[in-house]
Amino acid sequence: MRKAFALLAGVAAVGIASSAFAQQPVKIGMIVSYTGQFADTGIQLDNGFKLFWKQKGDTVAGRKIEFVRKDNGGIAPDVAKRLGQELVVRDKVDILGGFELTPNALAVGDISAEAKKFMVVMNAATSIITTKSPYMARTSVTTPMLNDALGRWAAKNGIKKVYTLVSDFGPGLDADAAFTEAFTGSGGTIVGATKFPVAALDFSAYIQAAKDTNPDAIYIWTPGGTQPAAIGKALAERGVDTSKIKILGQDELTGITAIKSMGDLSIGIITAAMYDYSHKSPMNAQFVKEYREAYNREPDIFSIGGYDGAQLIYKALEKTGGKADGESLIAAAKGMAWESPRGPMSIDPETRDVVETVYIRRVEKVDGQLINVEFDKVENVKDPVKEKMKAGAK
Amino acid sequence: MSLATPADIGPTEFLAARARWRPVEIVFWLAAITPYFIAADYLQLAGQILITGLFALSLDLILGYAGIVSLGHAAFFGLGAYATGIASKHGWGEPLTGLLIGGLVAGVVGFGASFIVARFRGLALIMITLGLDQIVAEAANSMGWLTGGADGLQGVKTWPILGLFRFDLYGVTAYWYALIVTFLFFLLVRRMVNSPFGLSLQGIRENSTRMLAIGARNHAHVRTVFTIAAFIAGVAGALLTETTETVSLETLSFQRSADVLVMLILGGVGQLYGGLVGALIYMVARDQFSDINPQYWYFWIGLLLVAVVVFLPNGIVGGVKKLGGLLGRRGT
Repeated sequence: MRKAFALLAGVAAVGIASSAFAQQPVKIGMIVSYTGQFADTGIQLDNGFKLFWKQKGDTVAGRKIEFVRKDNGGIAPDVAKRLGQELVVRDKVDILGGFELTPNALAVGDISAEAKKFMVVMNAATSIITTKSPYMARTSVTTPMLNDALGRWAAKNGIKKVYTLVSDFGPGLDADAAFTEAFTGSGGTIVGATKFPVAALDFSAYIQAAKDTNPDAIYIWTPGGTQPAAIGKALAERGVDTSKIKILGQDELTGITAIKSMGDLSIGIITAAMYDYSHKSPMNAQFVKEYREAYNREPDIFSIGGYDGAQLIYKALEKTGGKADGESLIAAAKGMAWESPRGPMSIDPETRDVVETVYIRRVEKVDGQLINVEFDKVENVKDPVKEKMKAGAK
Repeated sequence: MSLATPADIGPTEFLAARARWRPVEIVFWLAAITPYFIAADYLQLAGQILITGLFALSLDLILGYAGIVSLGHAAFFGLGAYATGIASKHGWGEPLTGLLIGGLVAGVVGFGASFIVARFRGLALIMITLGLDQIVAEAANSMGWLTGGADGLQGVKTWPILGLFRFDLYGVTAYWYALIVTFLFFLLVRRMVNSPFGLSLQGIRENSTRMLAIGARNHAHVRTVFTIAAFIAGVAGALLTETTETVSLETLSFQRSADVLVMLILGGVGQLYGGLVGALIYMVARDQFSDINPQYWYFWIGLLLVAVVVFLPNGIVGGVKKLGGLLGRRGT
């Protein structure tokens, strides 16, 4: 009798759900820092996200899309967790998105797992984030992906000896480890390694020490800010010729503002990145044009993360025919592949992490403007940390 | 009209009169239960307001009653948060002892710091407390193997309270837990500030030289109250860790020290309820304003702060008391 009742209730629930389906909008809850130290990152991410919906309209598979935006105010996992809970409990969202900072993404991962909500990480770049919830996917990049690709590329392209110089800061140490492992694994040698304090502003001594070991290249990792300019100055001061000793780094070293602050001193620096607004493709040209029109500035790596985050949600909803529960959406997202302004990308069906091309660029002056010019690429890059986890498990 | 002084009624009666529960206080604590009945969707927020309120209460104890200006109170909040989190990560997620662990670690460091704090007043104190917070924050940042560094501490799991009440997605358990703990510590603080010890703290705040002249042991009093405040701040941090199961470097940040000071000033310094009311106003305002516009909510908080400082020098609680006084006078 009880079984029959449960069955009846189940049938009724399905009936209610499917009839509610057609009119009810799909709600997306965005947790982004619109204020505080990381406000610009958050705003660029959200700009990219918004641009996508502006292009495509806000109806997918017959269901209207509604947005609820919450301000995380910087690195604050306790706030992120509460906002995530409130979005699920109070606002009844179907999908969680945003997340430019790792601690916040990790905290909300628990909510996604417990409430079975599809969650899209659109920037935070620490490898382990996606292991927090089986309903989570990522559309940005991981720090080890870029540095692993750079390390392998360097070893293959005539660079034998590298000196590493990295910020003594979590992400910097992860980046260094990924680069070093990939580089030495492909036959390269690390001739010296130094960690500089997070707040270092004078790099002369570090650069001189690196130069003295006579390496083929110096690998530098900095979180950005005022350090790229100081590094550029030290390189010039110590007479490092970038045609003889190559300078290698991750995108932050020659980001849009970093290049501006370094000026001509940035010419010749080689970096690995998954996106730059100067990427040459008709799709990107169109994207940059529309982005400029809408926000009066260039899109950056955060914008593209937000844009493709929206794209993934859109495509997954299309595939499920508007079904917005976590199980259906993550199933649809697994293996999803599409052409982005950054190039071809997909979601790894096993790890739910992003698979994409990593571009190797050199700063050059084109028509009087300093630009990261792509001259090589590593295709189909997966997160090396999770690949290793898989190998370890087998 | 004015309060009776010890000269009129004798010290015991004076203290008893101060400690008497007023109807408005009972109304306040009854109101603190209402979210459970009328705003079930807001229990998460209510829980975090209570935790922040407890943290602000601990600052009020040293700032409002002993006159110790601190811009680094988050050091103790963060120490408590990390101590509990680290214990939980390594297999001890029992919440009640977790609070004790957080409180004790913060209290011990607070006791150590109190020897320096007791020697200074005013601007020097601001610098010392600020520096202390920076040292603790930097230590937590560099000890990544222990604290998880910039990514925050991972793997914190809180066991059900007394093995019965699991922390749920709706925040029901977190809310009641925070409410009960905050209320108990409030009772402790209330009892303390209305005791002879509390009175001598206020004496030190008003005129420390004169307190010395009547034979009070200023340094010992300041050390005691600073240690207790650090303990309570640690408990508040531990509560946050247990209810959110995450800890980040942000719990130690200057921003948190500054925010709690702003809340206390909004609510009213030295008013006992100032911290709780300030946390309530600040966090509800933030929640509502940032729903309207996530980018510019800080503007309204700023405006509110300026308005309160200009028009209500004793904060919102002070303003309400004054209003109550005026109405009372009209009634008689």
